[in-house]
Amino acid sequence: MGNGYVVPAIVAVTLVTVGIGFYGLRLARTTSDFLVASRTVSPTWNAAAIGGEYLSAASFLGVAGLILKYGVDVLWYPVGFAAGYLALLLFVAAPLRRSGAFTLPDFCELRLGSRRLRTLATVFVIFIGWLYLVPQLQGAGLTLATLVGSPYPVGALLVAAVVTANVALGGMRAITFVQAFQYWLKLTALAVPAIFLALQWQADARPAVAPPDGPAFRTATTVVVEHSAALTFADGTIREVRPGDRLDFAAGDPVPEVSGAATKATDWLLPDTAGDDDRGLFATYSLILATFLGTMGLPHVLVRFYTNPDGAAARRTTLVVLALVGLFYLLPTIYGVLGRIYTPQLLVSGQTDAVVVLLPGAALGDGTTGRLLAALVAAGAFAAFLSTSSGLLTSVAGVISTDVLGHGSVRGFRLATVIAGGVPAVLALNVSGLDVSQVVGLAFAVAASSFCPLLVLGIWWRGLTDLGAAAGVLVGGGAAITAVLVTVLGPPLSGWPATLTAQPAAWTVPLAFTVMVAVSVASRRRAPVDVGATMLRLHAPDSLRL
Amino acid sequence: MAVPDEPGGPGWETTTPAAPVPAPRPPAAPARTRIVLAEVRRGSRADRTRSELTQQTRIGDTLVRGLVRAQLALALRLSVLVLIGLGGLPWLFAIAPSLGRTTVLGVNLPWLLLAVVSFPFLIVVGWAYVRLAERNEQDFTDLVQRPER
Repeated sequence: MGNGYVVPAIVAVTLVTVGIGFYGLRLARTTSDFLVASRTVSPTWNAAAIGGEYLSAASFLGVAGLILKYGVDVLWYPVGFAAGYLALLLFVAAPLRRSGAFTLPDFCELRLGSRRLRTLATVFVIFIGWLYLVPQLQGAGLTLATLVGSPYPVGALLVAAVVTANVALGGMRAITFVQAFQYWLKLTALAVPAIFLALQWQADARPAVAPPDGPAFRTATTVVVEHSAALTFADGTIREVRPGDRLDFAAGDPVPEVSGAATKATDWLLPDTAGDDDRGLFATYSLILATFLGTMGLPHVLVRFYTNPDGAAARRTTLVVLALVGLFYLLPTIYGVLGRIYTPQLLVSGQTDAVVVLLPGAALGDGTTGRLLAALVAAGAFAAFLSTSSGLLTSVAGVISTDVLGHGSVRGFRLATVIAGGVPAVLALNVSGLDVSQVVGLAFAVAASSFCPLLVLGIWWRGLTDLGAAAGVLVGGGAAITAVLVTVLGPPLSGWPATLTAQPAAWTVPLAFTVMVAVSVASRRRAPVDVGATMLRLHAPDSLRL
Repeated sequence: MAVPDEPGGPGWETTTPAAPVPAPRPPAAPARTRIVLAEVRRGSRADRTRSELTQQTRIGDTLVRGLVRAQLALALRLSVLVLIGLGGLPWLFAIAPSLGRTTVLGVNLPWLLLAVVSFPFLIVVGWAYVRLAERNEQDFTDLVQRPER
């Protein structure tokens, strides 16, 4: 790709991020400024910041790539990512803010008064945070490699270094401004090219998105394969391809069927139907459960709620976030759908995650407009890596500085940031083969099976005990983590075992709830004596000022 | 106080000079006293409710349980709405494949429902929740501050 605008655009985003970070640093004087922005952040800024933090590489790149590859069944990813905020609003937002807890371990100690549970929660926060950070850094490495041909480690290390420095120096206050800016940048970076793409599609006489004989190449294309697959060509021949293989297609050639992807028009266009494969339906419901309930358990999402002045503001902020996130998720579908027409080679090469950054150039040609729009999308993608990594890093570093290092000073927070950023950077360098969207989905599944039951039962049920909470988190979260490790590191599985480990939420979430309730009932004498006071604090309206 | 001491009141009042008369009159402002008493009693009842809340008496506990139950019932009702509205879709598409082939404005129905309609639906549910939850809290606040109603 000889697009000369991409590197300046990425440099500009990085400089603006660091610049706003230093502007925030001038304002951040105390530890309170550093960690919670002194709670002076207005709801609109805060909502944009939460949205900016939440829309990660998986949302910006991964969703469109999944839609290109699998079609209608993966539309549940964006729906679930947005619906997660509704679950957060309904069950968690206002009471959590009123509890005064800054992190999940804080909530455990406030509600159940157990240091051991606090330690367990700390371990899970760090695990989920790192599980979520690695694919962000990986996405950065892969995107930079696709766009400017740099070696994979450059992008990953660049993002890790910028984010670590920014968080360590500016803290949360700086982060809020950076995140709010990045939400609007990400929205613009998808919306503006989407308008041009739609106009181009009109100008090309609206080619069919899902023609009956499958997608075809519009121009003569040479594809370099990135992921091994079995290709079935139109004449019925089957060929195994490996990374590095080159394939030449003439204009008008049909795209071969790719193993693992929904290449056939009907598979892609129509939802799973009953009878032929119940695993598809199970996986869909598992995905729905993980995304709906996982959002509330993500560490970087919860930290933000503390910056609201009171419970009612937390509720209103969450509603604005839901609207902002919903607005954003209208866009990736357009890229995934138009990618079927303009970039079918990605199906063959296996690089479907690159559809968002490659589509503007492919559809609009190599003119100045196409190049500028490609640079804008690249800038948005970089904003996505920077913002989500910043949020995750802030929350993981906050937990490490208070619970592992044991002192809440600014210096401790900075040291914790370096530790929290260094570990995933090293991991990202060693695991470049993981699928970005899948790992993010697994992080949601772990959060939904550990912290979701803890928060929901802790907020609404007086009978929860520390023993029950610990057992539920260990069994449910442990089962989800085992599924993650088997999926990522274990041997390739097929059939039901593959489905149950790749989309574990449908069995691990009910398991976590059941264990938590059962053990709490069995150990009901351990229920905290001050549970009534805690309930009053969590639920009494702010205006009473009790 | 002056009335029982002076049975022949009216005559006495008209004959004596005006000066000493206003002096006993000001204490005879029972209306003012009554207002003060009423305010104190009102405040004490609201305060009593507050302290019943903070000190976890049986009444305070019942009040908080009522609020928590109302808020939880609201959240669960709206979740059921979302579970049926969105969660029913994969099942519906699975048992009625013809729905997937139905097109509206040239777009297949599942695409339209999931990629476009679901987001406004979620926002409307969230908006309704914020309104209703705030109403529950207002009811609770009214109950605490004006318990006689």
